[in-house]
Amino acid sequence: MLKELRVQKEKIRSLTKQEKRSLRLGLAFISPWIVGFLILILYPIFSSLYYSFTDFASFRPPNWVGLNNYVELFTRDDKFFLSLYNTIFFFLLAMPASVIVALALAILLNSKLRGMTFFRSLFFVPTIVPAVASAAVWMWILNPQWGLLNAALRLVGIHGPPWLSSPDWAKPSLVLVALWGIGSEVIIYLAALQGIPRDYYEAALVDGANSWQRTFSITIPMITPVIFFHLVNGTIWAFQYFTEAYIMTGGGPGNATLFYSLYLYRNAFTNVKMGYASAQAWILFIVVMVATLIIVVSSKRWVYYEE
Amino acid sequence: MRNEYALLKNRPGNFRRGHAFREQVNHLIVYIILIVCGFWFIVPFLWMISTSLKTQPQIYTFPPVLFPLPPQWKNYVDAMNFAPFGRYYLNSLFLCTCVVIGTLFSNTLIAYGFSRIKWIGRDVVFVIVLATMMLPGQVTMIPVYIIFRKLGWIGGYLPLIVPAFLGNAYFTFLLRQFFRGIPFELSDAARIDGCSELGILWYVILPLSQPALVTITLFSFIWTWNDFLGPLIYLHDQKLFTVTLGLQSFISRYWTPMNMLMAASAVAIVPVLVIFIYAQRFFIEGISITGLHGR
Repeated sequence: MLKELRVQKEKIRSLTKQEKRSLRLGLAFISPWIVGFLILILYPIFSSLYYSFTDFASFRPPNWVGLNNYVELFTRDDKFFLSLYNTIFFFLLAMPASVIVALALAILLNSKLRGMTFFRSLFFVPTIVPAVASAAVWMWILNPQWGLLNAALRLVGIHGPPWLSSPDWAKPSLVLVALWGIGSEVIIYLAALQGIPRDYYEAALVDGANSWQRTFSITIPMITPVIFFHLVNGTIWAFQYFTEAYIMTGGGPGNATLFYSLYLYRNAFTNVKMGYASAQAWILFIVVMVATLIIVVSSKRWVYYEE
Repeated sequence: MRNEYALLKNRPGNFRRGHAFREQVNHLIVYIILIVCGFWFIVPFLWMISTSLKTQPQIYTFPPVLFPLPPQWKNYVDAMNFAPFGRYYLNSLFLCTCVVIGTLFSNTLIAYGFSRIKWIGRDVVFVIVLATMMLPGQVTMIPVYIIFRKLGWIGGYLPLIVPAFLGNAYFTFLLRQFFRGIPFELSDAARIDGCSELGILWYVILPLSQPALVTITLFSFIWTWNDFLGPLIYLHDQKLFTVTLGLQSFISRYWTPMNMLMAASAVAIVPVLVIFIYAQRFFIEGISITGLHGR
C-alpha cells in the first residue's frame, strides 16, 4: 500500500502539464464525493473505533476505558450474544429460503410464455412498499386470532401457530415477511438467466438432456456469480435488519427477535451508551467482513466464471 | 422452448406428439405455480384494502369478510384526522424533493469525473467508491450523528438532506456506467468548439442520459419516502415527521383501530405505487444493471 502510494507520488511529480490539468479537473468533479467520503465515512469509521474504547454517553466528553466495552460485551452481556445468535439464526433461515424462492421464481419467469411481464411486475411491487407499511399489513395478516393467514388455515382445519407472539415462530414469521419483498432478487436472477447463451441449451438438447438436467448442469452453474452476489448482500442485510423487527415485534417476545442492529440502536439512542454501541458497531463490521471474506474465499470452489 | 420443435422436426412422429403434449403440461404447471405465488404477493395488498373499508365488528369475525359492504370510505377520512397525515405527506414530499435535487446534482458531477475525464489514479479511487458500498451503515451511524449534533442539525431535515449532496456510491456507479457508453467523439467535438467540461456535461452528456437520470431520481425518491431509520434518529418533533415515522407512531399506539391503520398504510403506499405503475421499466432496468435494491 505504502509502496503504491510512493509510486503514485512519483507519477504525479513526473506528470505533464496536460495531465496535471486533467487531474485537477477530475478531482474538482468528484469533490462532492471526496468531502462526503472524508466527513461521512472515513472520519466516522475511525472516530467510532475511538468511541468504542471510551465510555462516551453523548452529552459528556468521552473517557478512555480501554477494552472495557469489549470485555463487557463478551463476558457479561447476555443480550449481546443473544442478538448475535438471533441474527445468525435469522440469516441461516432467510438466506437459503430467499435464494431458492428467488431463483425458482426467476426460472419460472424465464420460461418465455405469455404474461410473464405481468407476473414479474406482481412479484416486484412489494419491494417498493415502505417497510413500515408492509410491517403494519403483515402484523395484521399474522394476527393469531383474526389474521388472514390463520383464518385461511382454520378453513382447511389447521390450527395456526401464534406467529409473531410466539418466541419459536417469531423469526420464521419475519422470514415470511422478508420473502414477500424478494422481487429485486428475482429481477437480478432473471437478468442473469436471460444472459445465458441459448446455444448451451440447444447443445444439451441435442445430447438428450431433460429439463432437470439442463437446469442443474447449465442454469445453476451459470448463475452462481449472482448467487454469490446475493449471499454477500444478504450477509450485510441480515446484520442491518432493523425496521421490520423494530415495528412488528420490538425485539420480543422474550427477546426472540432482538437482532443485532436493534440492540445496537437501543444502546446508542435509547440507553445513550454510545461508546458501548460503537464497540458493537465495530464487532458488526468485523463479523460482516469475516463473513464476506469466507464467502469470497469459498467462492473459488463453487462460483463458476466463464473464461 | 419454441426451438425444441425445430430440433425435433426430423424425429419420428409419435415422439414429437408426445413431446408437444408434455410441453403443454409443463406450461400449465408453470402457470399454476406462478398464479399460486402471485397470490402470495398480491393478497397482502387486497387484505389491507379490504380491512381499511370494514366496520369495527367486521374486522373481528370468522370467516373473515373479504368484501365489506357497504365499503366504509370514511375510515380514510377518520385516519387522516386521527393523525396529521396531510402534514406528514407534505413533509415527506419536501424531504424527497430536496434529496432528489441533491442526488442529481452530486452524482452527475461525480460520475462525470469518474468516466469522462482521464486522470491519474482515477480507477484506484473508484475502487474505494465501490468498497464503500460494502460498509454497514451502523459503523458510521453514531459519529455521523455526533457531527450533526455539533452542527446543531438534530431535529431538522439537514442531516437527511445534506448527505445527498455528497454523492451516493450506487448512483455514481449507475451513472458512470451510463456515461462511459456515450461516444467520446461527442465531447471531443464540443471541446474543440471551446466548450468547458461543465458545458459538456450539461449540453452533451445529460441530454443523452435521460433514462439513467430518471432511474436515479425514482430510486432516490422511493428510498427517501420509505426510509425509516434516518427520520427515526434525527426527527423528534411530531410536526416534522415523515409519512413512515407518522405511520409508525400510529402503529405503536395500541388503541389504533385496525381499519384506520390499514387505511393509513394504504395512503402511505399510494405515491410509490403510482410511480411504479408509470415507470416500472426504469426500476427493472436499474436493478438488472446494477443490482440496486427496492429498499
